[in-house]
Amino acid sequence: MNDIFAKRRARLLAMKAIRDNYIPGDKLVSCPHCGQESERKAVAEGLSVCPKCGYHWPLGAYYRLSTILDPGSFRELHPRLPAGDPLSFPGYRTKLESSQRKTGLTEAAVTATGAIGGRRCVVGVLDSRFLMGSMSAAVGEKITLAIEFATKNKLPLILFAASGGARMQEGILSLMQMAKTSAALARFSEKGLLYISVLTDPTTGGVTASFASLGDIILAEPGALIGFAGPRVIQQTIGETLPEGFQRSEFQMEHGFVDAVVPRTEMRDTLARLLRLHEKGGRQ
Amino acid sequence: MSELTAAQRVAIARHPQRPNITDYIDALFTDFFEQKGDRLCGEDGAVLGGVALYHGRPVTVIGTRKGKTLEENLNCNFGMPNPEGYRKALRLMRQAEKFRRPIFTFIDTSGAYPGLEAEERGQGEAIARNLMEMSQLTVPVIAVITGEGNSGGALALGVGDRVLMLENAVYAILSPEGFATILWKDASRHEEACDLMKLTAPDLLRLGVIDDIIPEPEGGAHLAPAIALRQVDRAISRHLAELDSESGKSLVAARYQKFRKMGAAAPEKENP
Ligand SMILES: [Zn+2]
Repeated sequence: MNDIFAKRRARLLAMKAIRDNYIPGDKLVSCPHCGQESERKAVAEGLSVCPKCGYHWPLGAYYRLSTILDPGSFRELHPRLPAGDPLSFPGYRTKLESSQRKTGLTEAAVTATGAIGGRRCVVGVLDSRFLMGSMSAAVGEKITLAIEFATKNKLPLILFAASGGARMQEGILSLMQMAKTSAALARFSEKGLLYISVLTDPTTGGVTASFASLGDIILAEPGALIGFAGPRVIQQTIGETLPEGFQRSEFQMEHGFVDAVVPRTEMRDTLARLLRLHEKGGRQ
Repeated sequence: MSELTAAQRVAIARHPQRPNITDYIDALFTDFFEQKGDRLCGEDGAVLGGVALYHGRPVTVIGTRKGKTLEENLNCNFGMPNPEGYRKALRLMRQAEKFRRPIFTFIDTSGAYPGLEAEERGQGEAIARNLMEMSQLTVPVIAVITGEGNSGGALALGVGDRVLMLENAVYAILSPEGFATILWKDASRHEEACDLMKLTAPDLLRLGVIDDIIPEPEGGAHLAPAIALRQVDRAISRHLAELDSESGKSLVAARYQKFRKMGAAAPEKENP
């Protein structure tokens, strides 16, 4: 019985993942970083990493999950949590609906339980295709529910950040999600449980200034933009051009804010290894 | 309460003669001892903090500092903290907990400083750490938004058991100018942004983001500072008295629930 459900779940994730793993272009795709063309098939098989320069294309949430979870272990948490319009902001509903149509997601976050290398965990993923992965009340709520679920069930937690920052149309309620998610992580941490934060391109604004920066372990994909203020704002403030590589993953590691830069092809093994190293977590 | 537009309130909130952290410390507290430095690498004048007596009782006071003259403005970076400011604030809050002192924060900032070095030293991490640790403090925390409270830079001092706002203060995700720039690529539409952003005290009280509004003299606190300061004193002492009867554990639990509810969807029954 369980086996049938697991197979069904594996198929469902695979289907959603295929839809997510779409990079525009016909047989050939051109890399926005090095400009070189590669076979679409080679890019897709290589986890959407450019075979020529190692550029990491953004990943859809379900596809991301399919690249790290053991087959058949995926079980989505709160899939029906709706997007909201708490300030009745003009034009926002339409914007949400068109993002939903474009991505097949209800909001910018997908959370799930699953296993990596046979070890159960809770994983949350932000999807930058949905309004830049910005922090809405629904995103904050979903992340908080996932943290609370992990706390209650004494499971390790992995969150993949990808966010342009605040959801403007939700104003102050977007801001408050920073306090909400951070407070939930404080409670989670009290239980002696492991939280791994993975920063992907881009991780900025309110997400950086909350859950993304609070991991026991912080990993980053190569070349990701990571910061609180965006480069354009900084440039305007200081009136100078920014140095090469500023706010990228490698820069953040040099400045002490990232434990390791991990290429996507090694992410699953790295996570499995970290879960194994923390096996005895969870104070009684 | 007067019928001011949101944009008018923004102008009052930014008035250079509006009472600021130094005025609050002088009027409401005695024997203030300023504590400098984050004990990691620096001192940030944009955040002022220390220990003082409040009606004879030791408390920790922390606030953002903008200054009133240009020289003062420059000395404290126009009230835009660097990571050291937030880390100093956290150091003082931990100390307040150690010595079982209540904490008052006074917030008036256009935001965390978006500078190159602020980024190098982890502006995002500093703010995140404050949010996380403030949620766990076992002493009463009362945050007062006195002028402008913008972005994570304001929230980093704002995780309180009580969040109070002066009548004409504003609290928002960023400045109306920034909002209009991001949303419409047109900073000149900031007045329109003011109306949509729900940044006034009455709006925020309705949304459950703040707990109380402190009345101001007609036309704004800068027109009759002494009256405004007295109103703030009255409000914070009343709220402190309420919190005094709570144990540390119940303060933490109630603070968690307070922020937990913000933007929460209707409860959903699902068994994963
Ligand atoms: Zn390339």
